Amino acid sequence: MKLRIIAFIGVLLCVIIASCQSEAEQDFKRYYTGGAIIYKDKCQNCHGAKGEGLSNLIPPLTDTAYLKKNKAQLGCFIKYGIKETIVTINGKAYEGAMPANVDLTPIEIAKLLTYVGNSFGNKMGTIAFEEADADLARCK
Amino acid sequence: MKKLIGLALIALAFTACKFNNADKPKLPIMGNRDAVTKTINGKEVVDTVYQTIPDFKFVNQYGDTITQKSLKGDIYVADFFFTTCPSICPIMHRNMLNVYKEFKNMPDFKIISHTIDPKHDSVAVMKKYADKLGISGNSWWLLQGNKEQTYDLGQKSYLVAVKQDDGTPGGYVHQGWFVLVDKQKRIRGYYDGTDEKQVAKLIEDIKILRTEVNTGIAQ
Repeated sequence: MKLRIIAFIGVLLCVIIASCQSEAEQDFKRYYTGGAIIYKDKCQNCHGAKGEGLSNLIPPLTDTAYLKKNKAQLGCFIKYGIKETIVTINGKAYEGAMPANVDLTPIEIAKLLTYVGNSFGNKMGTIAFEEADADLARCK
Repeated sequence: MKKLIGLALIALAFTACKFNNADKPKLPIMGNRDAVTKTINGKEVVDTVYQTIPDFKFVNQYGDTITQKSLKGDIYVADFFFTTCPSICPIMHRNMLNVYKEFKNMPDFKIISHTIDPKHDSVAVMKKYADKLGISGNSWWLLQGNKEQTYDLGQKSYLVAVKQDDGTPGGYVHQGWFVLVDKQKRIRGYYDGTDEKQVAKLIEDIKILRTEVNTGIAQ
């Protein structure tokens, strides 16, 4: 009898974990595909279809270390732009301005970050709405 | 009756195709045209006069004065941009870089990019932009000059839309056309500079144009 209960709980746990995982996966897919559409519309002209940037004018989005280090700031860059500061990407200095996208909502920015953070060789996982929203609230 | 017209149209389309296939591929001559009556060998002949790009005077990224004479004997591609353009310019110049790389060593080919924001895009700003874009030498000129002249040239000669509009991102309305001009200063093609496929066609068309025999160069 005891064995049966343990087995039943075990199976239940497995089912819960499995369904959670697939839910997380579904979330990721939803964020990622949504982000891809926003990227094409708002970012691709400058940063390129492969996140390659443009010569020394526009930085690529392939610097995984930079993205990790500045993860909490990325949403701010997207929403409020970058004004005449020098950004060092892949060891190269880029100067100039990046236009703001004030009309993007926190959920859209979360999707966009999930797309960029998991494309072009980056692997940051899902950047959820809650995280993006909290980071955006701290933008300077 | 309708059927007949339809058939006639189809037949016409077929002959048109055949006609085009008959010899080497040729590029159309675009722009406005006029018919003039000339007297050649005592006979009155109606001739077509094609629109040509008139003379202009601008300064390139090196501070050199550039006029129509600087392009004598050259095939060139013209476009309009500004260095702080947030919308279509980066993709246009990403695509134009492909054209540049393909033909930069050809002595009879040039690219000229006119800034539509000459107030901001000084010679120094243009040089910096050129350096960052990774272009050097004299096969791609970034031209800066009188704003009215630039807009006039765009609207009346290249027949593309350029105007200032503070309501659009970046403050200027413009389309991303690449205009192909032949050695006789006639417009031979329009290509959407934001479309990689059309720019690939531009590269092919430049090759076709370079094989064209220079008959009747209007000087």
